[in-house]
Amino acid sequence: MNEIKPLNVLIKGLLLFILFNLVIAAWQPGIGQFSLYNVLYPGRERLPFGENPTQSYNLSLFDLDAMFASHVIAGTPKADDEFRVIIVGDSSVWGTLLKPEETLAGQLNADNLNACGKNVRAYNLGYPTISLTKDVMLLSYAMEYDPDLVIWMTTLDAFPLEKQTSTPLVANNEEKARELATNYRLRVEANDSNFKVISFWDKTFIGNRRAWADFFRLQIYGVMWSATGIDQVYPSDYEKAQTDLEADDSYHDLTAPLTEDEIALNALETGYRVVGETPMLLVNEPMLISSGANSDIRYNFFYPRWAYDDYREIMATLSQQNGWTYADLWDIVPANEFTNSAIHLTPAGENMLAENLAPYILETCK
Amino acid sequence: MALENILILAAASLLWAMTFRNHGRTWFMLIASVIVIFWLQPALPIRGADFFTPLATLALVVLTWFITADDETRKQRKNIIILAVVAGVVLLLNLTRFLPADFQLLTASRPPQLETTLFIFLITGLTLIVLSRLTRFSASFLTVGLILTIGLFLLIKIPDLSLWLASFLRTLSGQSLTNVSANDFRWLGFSYVAFRLIHTIRDKQSGRFPSVDVGEFITYVIFFPAFTAGPIDRLERFIKDLRAPFTGLNLETFYPAGQRLLLGLFKKFVIADALALIALNDTNATQVTSTFWMWVIVYAYACQIYFDFSGYTDIALGIAQLLGIKLPENFASPYLKPNLTQFWNNWHMTLTQWFRAYFFNPITRWLRSWQKPMSIPMMILLTQVATMLLIGFWHGVTWNFTLWGLWHGLGLFIHNRWNDATKAKSAAWATTPTRQAALNISGILLTFHFVAIGWIFFALSSPVTSWQVILKLFGVN
Repeated sequence: MNEIKPLNVLIKGLLLFILFNLVIAAWQPGIGQFSLYNVLYPGRERLPFGENPTQSYNLSLFDLDAMFASHVIAGTPKADDEFRVIIVGDSSVWGTLLKPEETLAGQLNADNLNACGKNVRAYNLGYPTISLTKDVMLLSYAMEYDPDLVIWMTTLDAFPLEKQTSTPLVANNEEKARELATNYRLRVEANDSNFKVISFWDKTFIGNRRAWADFFRLQIYGVMWSATGIDQVYPSDYEKAQTDLEADDSYHDLTAPLTEDEIALNALETGYRVVGETPMLLVNEPMLISSGANSDIRYNFFYPRWAYDDYREIMATLSQQNGWTYADLWDIVPANEFTNSAIHLTPAGENMLAENLAPYILETCK
Repeated sequence: MALENILILAAASLLWAMTFRNHGRTWFMLIASVIVIFWLQPALPIRGADFFTPLATLALVVLTWFITADDETRKQRKNIIILAVVAGVVLLLNLTRFLPADFQLLTASRPPQLETTLFIFLITGLTLIVLSRLTRFSASFLTVGLILTIGLFLLIKIPDLSLWLASFLRTLSGQSLTNVSANDFRWLGFSYVAFRLIHTIRDKQSGRFPSVDVGEFITYVIFFPAFTAGPIDRLERFIKDLRAPFTGLNLETFYPAGQRLLLGLFKKFVIADALALIALNDTNATQVTSTFWMWVIVYAYACQIYFDFSGYTDIALGIAQLLGIKLPENFASPYLKPNLTQFWNNWHMTLTQWFRAYFFNPITRWLRSWQKPMSIPMMILLTQVATMLLIGFWHGVTWNFTLWGLWHGLGLFIHNRWNDATKAKSAAWATTPTRQAALNISGILLTFHFVAIGWIFFALSSPVTSWQVILKLFGVN
């Protein structure tokens, strides 16, 4: 029997593996564009996000191509009679603790609105982190799906400068952020340390194994999404949003009064440049207005009154100056219709919001 | 075993085989196996239990060897040397308690105080001395050993008894009973260890026990590639490989071993782990409402359990082969068998062979020996159902494992009767290759679906949920 040299076998195997990794690093195949969603399974009603995949059949990943490819909008050709509305924003749009049909998009669809003689079909493109730059990034993708109206739900906490690129979705997509900077004048620092530095190693198969695994897991969880319609954990009990507040009027190291140069208005303007001629409704989203301890100092856990009042004033002035359609709906939902956060609404709260937004949607055609 | 455990064990085995070949191979396997049972034992909430559990395994194995070995073998001096080495390894593992926490890599938690381990050594040693001095070895020792092993097995497998044991051990270690649970005491590998011990005791009782020293016996029972997930080898076969000269790695050993190992890793960590994301479980059983998707997750479970288990077997066979040990096969395309009897001849084969040898055949012989034997169908029903119930209990003494055993026991009986009644007609009908293929394919599909529905009881913890899943499969909500 021939004596073989296992060491040689191991060395050859290792060399082949290294070669494979080098090919992947050089090629960067961009597998995110391929998806079993909208082919084998129905697309997801909202973008993939999940911190407990085994229970929510959903996971957080940073591949925007894969995220959008799994969304129902990617598999829905726009019909002639469709009035396509896309909604971007934070977790209040995405719908934390809400079933897809209970979210703002779901409620608008249930209303069977008719705009410009067409059927309104709303798509939930919210994502549960708060950053205007993240919204702009998602908006730039969403524009590929030819919306008739964009609804951009936002709140003051999306505006602080330090929050713009620190959100993981942006931090892991520096290239996209730079594209927005080049094409739409998004302000991005040249040496922003929030961006994850991608080395050559990170581009290899082994270096980028997390992203590969996430991609495959997203595809596999499509089975459970199809089978159950579940895409987040719905706990039977949760801690209600705080109404007794600290006697603290600080906000992100800022001091009164809040000025335009202290917040990321550039990202807001970039959003308008991204949507171009497409009508966009900018909405200051509802928030919990507390009447508990120290509510004379703070509105809620997020905001001291001075900062939020200044922010509303800035937004009103800015939208008037720029001719933006702006809806300040900050106080339309009573405190009892919030769930586990000062911006997360109950289904009834979402319904109130949908009713308030419906006239704006219908106005778009006039 | 986690991927990193497997890779480390495979690398260690490969390195040994490449470097030392036959020199000290048995010592390597013995010492590695002793270390591995401590290394793989998961952390337990009962203080010190994750160290004492593998230690108890070793004590039990040594005692079983002592009562099964013949006088001449037992008195050989090399046994004392081997036991001293094993004790030395355990003491070294125990001494890692004095290392910084980051270096305590071979135990799940900080090993207990040395005095307790020495006390256990003392008790085991005294028991051995008393056993050897007390009287001549008699069959009653074997019976006691058998009862003790089965008793321990039941203690681990019956939830109420496990809860009692956990409470007792928590009290012994001065811990609170507030969070006590039947899952507190997870004795890694004990199901397999118990079956190997019962096998050796029964073989000794029937005079088939080969003469082995204590090192060979320990290596056989806790052989590290097969410790956690089998297969259940037979002692006389294992010893043959262990004593055969190992010629090192050549084309005959390295390629099949490497292929088997890689195949096992792929089956377990790629296919089975991916299927696990969508396989039937207690949570999704109540969430899925449509018949179609219910079938999908039941199929996913059926495939997952096969790839998981057969993957582990491939890994065990591959690593063992690197060391010159050819463990028995455990799976032979079971889902491609045209009837349930053949399925069980090809699924977890070493377990079914074990039950056949130590339960089914003896009980059948006993029933036949009655002066007025019962009818053949009744005998088949009784033996098939009893055997499958026991296989169910081996996995856990719960209502669902009982139902699973009953499902297969009745299935085997029905197949047996059906086969008897239709064999001639089937043979007369299946005269062309097409008809034979049709019969074969329909048999495969029917068997697979019977097994897949049976897995519902296996996968879930509640009979009510299992029944609801079955109803959903057939469109009844």
